[in-house]
Amino acid sequence: MTTTDLPSPGDLPEIEVDPAAFRHLADAQVNVELDTGDMVLNIGPQHPATHGTLRLVVRLDGERVVSADPVIGYMHRGYEKLTEFRTYPQITTLINRIDWLSSFANEVPFIHAAEMLMGIEAPPRAQYQRTILTELSRIATFLLFLGEMGLQVGAITPAFYGFRDREYVLNLIEAVTGGRFHPNFNRIGGIKDDLPWGWISECRGVMDKVLRSCDEFDDLVVGNPIFEKRTRSIGIIPQALGAAYGVSGSNLRASGVDWDLRRDGPKYLVYDELDWRVWTHPDGDSFARYWVRLQETRESARMVLQMLDQMPSGPLMAKVPRIIKVPEGEVFVNTENPLGEMAYYVISKGATGPFRTKIRSASFSNVSILPWLLRGAYVPDIITILASLYFILGDIDR
Amino acid sequence: MADVETPAGPALREEAADALRRLQSELGDAIVEDGIAFGDVVVRVQRDVWKRAAEVCKDGLDLDYLSFIAGIDWMPAPAVSEEGSGDTSSPAQPKEQTYGAAGSAGRFQLFAVVESTRRKHWRVILKTDLPDDDARADSWVAVYPGADWHEREAWEMFGFVFDGHPSLRHLYLPSEFEGHPLRKDYPLLAREVKPWPGLVDVEPMPGEAGEGDEAGETA
Repeated sequence: MTTTDLPSPGDLPEIEVDPAAFRHLADAQVNVELDTGDMVLNIGPQHPATHGTLRLVVRLDGERVVSADPVIGYMHRGYEKLTEFRTYPQITTLINRIDWLSSFANEVPFIHAAEMLMGIEAPPRAQYQRTILTELSRIATFLLFLGEMGLQVGAITPAFYGFRDREYVLNLIEAVTGGRFHPNFNRIGGIKDDLPWGWISECRGVMDKVLRSCDEFDDLVVGNPIFEKRTRSIGIIPQALGAAYGVSGSNLRASGVDWDLRRDGPKYLVYDELDWRVWTHPDGDSFARYWVRLQETRESARMVLQMLDQMPSGPLMAKVPRIIKVPEGEVFVNTENPLGEMAYYVISKGATGPFRTKIRSASFSNVSILPWLLRGAYVPDIITILASLYFILGDIDR
Repeated sequence: MADVETPAGPALREEAADALRRLQSELGDAIVEDGIAFGDVVVRVQRDVWKRAAEVCKDGLDLDYLSFIAGIDWMPAPAVSEEGSGDTSSPAQPKEQTYGAAGSAGRFQLFAVVESTRRKHWRVILKTDLPDDDARADSWVAVYPGADWHEREAWEMFGFVFDGHPSLRHLYLPSEFEGHPLRKDYPLLAREVKPWPGLVDVEPMPGEAGEGDEAGETA
């Protein structure tokens, strides 16, 4: 077909557009007259860079983003409503599926909230195992990020390394809990089972592998001129604005905010018994977020090694009544999850299930800064900024 | 000021008591009540100072980080399927309407948690009551830009209106959605329509089956 065969614009049929189909404000932004040269680009809901079903409606002027509007909710499962219809032990199965890359870390704040309300405390050995598994899920989550971030700028090798090393860690988690992704291993008052035989030496070996592969990422990615060109001074989050948006975790620490709930929040788990440090980076750009997560992976591996050395013996469960009834009260528990601050506000009225649970997930607030952050960015940088913020759709939509 | 051990858990942390004192000196009579939630201070303010409370927290108290804003519906949930159909496994909540820390004047309440990234253990839980027939409050977007999505969520889930919010539109739910799912009088239809499978599928173990039942079947 030559160009002369194409219908001229005058021959094209008029298309009747039902205004009801464009009730969403984002759709209404389509400029019908096309006189400014703006173009609306839909990224997602199915796009490899969005790790799920995030839809971004970006308005472009040439290659620059004029406005960006994230459209979420494609994976909304209504967990806050569902918790009102479940008992406390049943809810841990639900919240496993909020941030599915680090399910174990999700359980911890909720279980901790229930334990606080009931006035019981898990025995030290259970606390240690919880901390180890939380840090292992952090390592697994970050290894995926470290590989995938390379993929987003066109480097395929780190993705293979990331997935390979994550598999070692997932095998460890599976050996203890029986589940690779959804352990559901925490119990109110402790933890379900002890570590399997031989696990500790296995874990030591894997942590050495993780530390080595962090060095590999250092060589492959951090020093790479293409990677640096694509990430340095791109997607900068200012400190004060990031905090006011509720951006948390490594994203905020990459903006130079020295704030880590493992150290600065009320005591939970055994972080105060370990020798570790909080990493920050002053730049606040995509590169800083990568760098901070790389250091935190190393730090977590070192923490796990320490805990394996100093883990106490003893029981795994505190004395807990057979039917779990939580006394009246309300409690706010927030913890430092791999993706940022994960918090539960649990209101109990003395029943076997909570009266109201507010689930504050990290990715929700981390992504809410996108309209501000993407303004003025170039189209290819959208992908690297999205990847460097590192969100999980289940954690946004709950 | 409560500095004693209460049945509801440990007393106020020192930092929380300090934050409460400073809020009291700034807001004065606009604080209706204060309470404790496991060491954290819960401050219930009048609705017309809701935004001012945020400004005081952010500028005066160094609480630079917004954790979340959300709603509470204190109405006791209607008992699900009392006729015996549907779900009977849901936890039974008390029938009378009671309120949590710092109390409430009525059914609807708006609450938020603000924290500091610079000071340890420095955080405040703010609450305000919204009347049933006029559930609206001032928007926090001008103070904490992160309030945008949280308020959109509270708007669609509870029907709270935020004055001064740039665009209150649906966040999670489709545009055509009617109703406010997190209100207690909004039923969880999936549980109503189909019984909870965990309950109906239970068959007695072979040894447990009463001999009388079998005799009844064969007879």
